[in-house]
Amino acid sequence: MQFFLEVLIGGLLSGVMYALVALGYVLIYKASGVFNFAQGAMVFFAALTTAGLVDSGLSLWLALPLTMVAMVVLGLLTEKIVLRPLVAQHEITLFMATIGLTFFVEGLAQAIWGANVRSLDLGIEDVPLEWLLENANMAVSQFDLIASGIAAVLVTLLAIFFSKTKIGRALRAVADDHQAALSIGIPLQHLWGIVWAVAGFVALVAGLLWGARNGVQFALTFVALKALPVLILGGFTSVPGAIVGGLIIGASEKLAEVYIGPHVGGGIEGWFPYVLALLFLLVRPEGLFGERIIRRI
Amino acid sequence: MKFINKALVAAAFATAALSASAQEQFFPALSYRVGPYAAGGTGFFGGVIDYLSLLNAQGGINGVKMTWEECETEYNATRGVECYERLKKSRGGATMVEPLSTGIAYGLLDRVAQDKIPMTTLGYGRSDAADGRVFPFVFPLITSYWNQAAGMMKYLGDKEGGLEKLKGKKIVHLYHDSAYGKEPFAVFEAYAKQYGFELIKLAVPHPGNEQQSQWLQIRQAKPDYVILWGWGVMNAVALKTAQRNGYPSGKILGVWWAGSEEDVIPAGSAANGYTTMTFNTPGNYPLLDEIKKKVYAAGKGNLEDKSRIGSTYHMRGVTAAILWTEAVRKAQEKYGKGKVMTSEQVRWGFENLNVDEARLKALGAFGMMPPVKTTCLDHEGSGAVKVQRWDGKSWKAVTPNWVVGDKAMIRKMQEESAAKYATEKKITPRDCSKEG
Repeated sequence: MQFFLEVLIGGLLSGVMYALVALGYVLIYKASGVFNFAQGAMVFFAALTTAGLVDSGLSLWLALPLTMVAMVVLGLLTEKIVLRPLVAQHEITLFMATIGLTFFVEGLAQAIWGANVRSLDLGIEDVPLEWLLENANMAVSQFDLIASGIAAVLVTLLAIFFSKTKIGRALRAVADDHQAALSIGIPLQHLWGIVWAVAGFVALVAGLLWGARNGVQFALTFVALKALPVLILGGFTSVPGAIVGGLIIGASEKLAEVYIGPHVGGGIEGWFPYVLALLFLLVRPEGLFGERIIRRI
Repeated sequence: MKFINKALVAAAFATAALSASAQEQFFPALSYRVGPYAAGGTGFFGGVIDYLSLLNAQGGINGVKMTWEECETEYNATRGVECYERLKKSRGGATMVEPLSTGIAYGLLDRVAQDKIPMTTLGYGRSDAADGRVFPFVFPLITSYWNQAAGMMKYLGDKEGGLEKLKGKKIVHLYHDSAYGKEPFAVFEAYAKQYGFELIKLAVPHPGNEQQSQWLQIRQAKPDYVILWGWGVMNAVALKTAQRNGYPSGKILGVWWAGSEEDVIPAGSAANGYTTMTFNTPGNYPLLDEIKKKVYAAGKGNLEDKSRIGSTYHMRGVTAAILWTEAVRKAQEKYGKGKVMTSEQVRWGFENLNVDEARLKALGAFGMMPPVKTTCLDHEGSGAVKVQRWDGKSWKAVTPNWVVGDKAMIRKMQEESAAKYATEKKITPRDCSKEG
């Protein structure tokens, strides 16, 4: 039982880390109906920029706002150069544009900061909580617990932003129909600029935590792969859905790896979340918290 | 008249250029400087180019200068094959090829045999390719995965006071879930059977950026050692997750692809005390000083960051280039000094390499790598490894001497596997007694 709990808690905490990346996707999709394939690249860009600035002699506290500025500029430029000319185009066109953006951002990050791997120290030790280890013989990461707290704060802020603020409501209107939103005077470009900047901020938070957890290297772009089943499960338009989806995916993949894996040769947590998401799609295509779309034909 | 004069001058320049390129030995560099594995690629190919530049600065090999052209593969097998096809006939033809990628190497296996271009797979690829009778154009130089795995067992046995002391111990093989990670299965299983330790195999799905479930299983199993057979991000994540679960880094022994600065720096303090295999002894050597003096001081160094000179990947690149050019030198001894060698002549050179201690001393690389002596039968040439430990700042050698596992057992396995491959591919093995 103790081991089961350990696996479950470890999975839930990993799930929160996935949810952090998934949040960036939700933001853009919720506000513009665009599936931003470049979110993983933005996470990498943010982490590499922070680590690069720290390595060049700046303190972390100076590097963070500078990276934030870089992320906002990147978001605004993306809106202006890539998305604005494509307003009212089909969703797949916008999606393809973000694929192009992915490769550009990955290349840009390495062109600026080089291909070297770097470490990122946020001052949070990634060690098991001593009290739990001594009293319950359970290894629960102190770092992951703090990351979960940060994710909870972020989700609360974003949920308030979307439901309680004027900008948030306007963003939801834009997501429903670009042209209709434009026709009633909603400043589309302005709003998209804001949401890409906010997505840049979320990418920065995810990049810092993942970068400190795994090191700052190109493979940070791969964490995006962990976010996809989370989105399918939680729904593409729900901020709390990203968290719940993350928790379900994290816990189930760890339990599956430990309890099913040994019977089928192991290494199943790479594909298990996708199978789970696929099964879920068959039952509830819009995800747990996604908006149900009803079309009359 | 003016036009004719110009044409004659142009023709003279063209002839001069042709004769110049005719005196150059061409090396295609299937490098990767962008993408997920760029950190390793820049170091390795930087080392290769630095050594070739040094040779040129010293006058080349008996007057023949080295030339090279890079083609970006991004470690992608399809791109790697494209690069090979593009460069194999460039500048008079490729001398040899080294893809530094198992995927690309597998893609080229049949092509190099058909094109008669030798391919080196330094420290990776098929371990059975050491059998030169079946793989005449492939050279897994220095040490294959199987001999490395045997070296690991020897080292762990020595730590315990002898291989027989491994009886009753638990060893986890934490591996990248790919053909690469599964390559040493047969060796570890053979040792486990012979010496009576429990072998627990745990797979990590690619890319390995999340390993909590594997390390919880390790925590539960309480193994005496963990062998980390990882690649890329998997290595740093393994070290970090081990720390997160309270497993000591000193009990983790990595494969040499988990033993570079790029693997430990992202892991921070979690990597302190971690040990890995290597086929280079970390440290500084007169050869590296020469590179600094004659290549970097002249502004021709390949690494942007000079602090990486002598790093694991850089030194590995220098080592590779030493062996390539020594094969050319050897071929020149047989086919004509001062001449550009064909790929087939260089293949002969690779098969008759004898980079002994005296030669390594002359090169300023004594101790940097084990002596390498190849034959028609043995394309590996050494089988020796070392163990190094990360002290938080740099790698330090743990074993003063080269470690060699059960070579006879490994050779038997290589021959059996190569014979099976020959049957599958309908290859008639060469008779080495008839080779000159």
